[in-house]
Amino acid sequence: MTPPLLQAIGLQKHFALGPKRPFGKPLKLHAVDGVDLTIAPGEAVGLVGESGCGKSTLARLVSRLLDPTSGELLLEGREISNQTTAEFARSDRRRMIQMVFQDPTESLNPRFSVFDLIADPVRTLMPRGGSAALRARVEAAAEAVNLPLALLDRFPHQLSGGQKARVGIARALVVEPRLLVLDEPTSALDVSVQATVLQLLDRLRRERGIALLFVSHDLNVVRLLCSRIIVMYLGQVVESGPSDQIYSAPSHPYTKALLSAIPSLRPQLRERVKLEGDPQSPISPSTTRCRFCGRCPVEVAECSQHMPELRTLPDGRQARCHFAG
Amino acid sequence: MTAPLLSVQNLTVDFTTRSGMVHVLEDVSFDIGAGEIIGIIGESGSGKSVTAYTVMGILDHAARIRSGRIAFEGTDVLQMDRRSRDNWRGKEASIIFQNPRTALNPIRAVGDQIADVIARHTPARASEVRGRAVAALKQVRIPDPERRMAAFPFELSGGLCQRIGIAIALACAPKLLIADEPTTGLDVTTQAVIMDLIRALASERGMSVALITHDLALAAEYCDRIVIMHAGHVVETAKTEDIIARPRHPYTARLLRSVPSLVDRIDELQAIEGSLPDLRREDLPPCRFAERCDRRLPTCDAGKFEAALVGPGHTVACRNPL
Repeated sequence: MTPPLLQAIGLQKHFALGPKRPFGKPLKLHAVDGVDLTIAPGEAVGLVGESGCGKSTLARLVSRLLDPTSGELLLEGREISNQTTAEFARSDRRRMIQMVFQDPTESLNPRFSVFDLIADPVRTLMPRGGSAALRARVEAAAEAVNLPLALLDRFPHQLSGGQKARVGIARALVVEPRLLVLDEPTSALDVSVQATVLQLLDRLRRERGIALLFVSHDLNVVRLLCSRIIVMYLGQVVESGPSDQIYSAPSHPYTKALLSAIPSLRPQLRERVKLEGDPQSPISPSTTRCRFCGRCPVEVAECSQHMPELRTLPDGRQARCHFAG
Repeated sequence: MTAPLLSVQNLTVDFTTRSGMVHVLEDVSFDIGAGEIIGIIGESGSGKSVTAYTVMGILDHAARIRSGRIAFEGTDVLQMDRRSRDNWRGKEASIIFQNPRTALNPIRAVGDQIADVIARHTPARASEVRGRAVAALKQVRIPDPERRMAAFPFELSGGLCQRIGIAIALACAPKLLIADEPTTGLDVTTQAVIMDLIRALASERGMSVALITHDLALAAEYCDRIVIMHAGHVVETAKTEDIIARPRHPYTARLLRSVPSLVDRIDELQAIEGSLPDLRREDLPPCRFAERCDRRLPTCDAGKFEAALVGPGHTVACRNPL
């Protein structure tokens, strides 16, 4: 069996808030609270959840843009969480994990031409090459994302949204990564353009064996691209398993609510699960109470006394609920 | 048949910019019946927001309304003087904006912002205004409305901010509500709650709603009728079930094939080739979809044509419909 490309064990990120109170513990925002994650080479994993659930923080931890509070990250079996982000950024393994950001307009430097935008990671991470090799690399990356070479001399404001999204992907691809971490790469795009970008990502995964960690709140999109889905709620994984299983028969009440909230052109097959109330605060949350308490439609008294464990169900997937399965 | 509440007829709007004249809307026509929820669907740049702003009379100074009529209960609002238009806006018709955080004033309490609208449009005495603002908050199901009156936008979640936006829009019980991508920045779970709220309030009061969105699935779930826009033209109008089951315009059909919820495998998704034509061009073809269309005929370029009725309440602007 090949070792996983990336493995996270008990990953935590707590952000300290404000000044310490004189006699109290400092407040901590638990953005990611003990997440285990495995990504195999060439696998596409979807990470879904609502805003504030910690999915973007997890994506940034995995791509080593943030230092975890605790927990381990292994890249091809070697620990990378013992380095600081600054050390990792200078190491030769920085190339292996690359990130594509949410807003293609805001994540591209407006004063760089498309060529320089794509060439920038090569200049930083693979400095010995010469200008002919650099141009060859940039052009190959542009071709891989179907970006016409004539656009290389343009600036971001001269491109359409779909073209900018492709520049963002080409810039990540140009250093030949093994894992692409994509933080809602299509949320700013029209559906007609989104289809092209999704198919492009799927082709890159199949042809080059690049693994994808695809962060999104749109389960419909995730199900098409990813073979495995991880659902997060307030810093914790609440359900994970194969996409088709989760999509056809969600077992955690939050996953059910998330699925039924998606507007669909097909007649609703399942009953609408509505979520009332607001989520609990992620600031110093209780360790004994289920995080979904207060919004959960199947909540009982036990849920406020015991935090459910993430347990493996008979069909192999995992869920964090006393009543799952 | 009763007369529609709002009837937009042959609306043409241009924008003068430094790089030339942009022909944003051309001959846009559609009706909204009393109590009806219609969806106005299109890609970015298709002119759906400009249509909304033209109806509300809040267009940018660079815009020129070349021709057209916007009849609200039979009166052309484009012919109103400024004062009566200001009285009309917010009272008879109101709008919810896309991003609630930028639409609200960040340095005023939300209660005051609701009270402003009530004080402007009703003869209520100052002492009554606060009570009515609290009632408006209660109506959009905000828990603990008395206390929320003093809250500032940054203290509220995105979903709550959008409810404030809805409360402001509905404070004077308008007959028409224009919702311009009201849930774009929100989570799907919050989106469902906000859309259910808009639908419930609309049916309680018999209010008409124009939902502007790029999300065909969202519109299909909430709207009675759908208007599809492409590059400043209305290309197809029909009842929701007709549009989904039997699209007649090639653009609508392509749009349906690019929606992720309708397919089972990623290779079934089909993007729409090409992009919107440059609307600054003087030689824009009569059909602005022609350059992206796989059903184009030589006659497509032969002069202007009108949208044709192809079924009950189903109009299509195409020379070679499906």
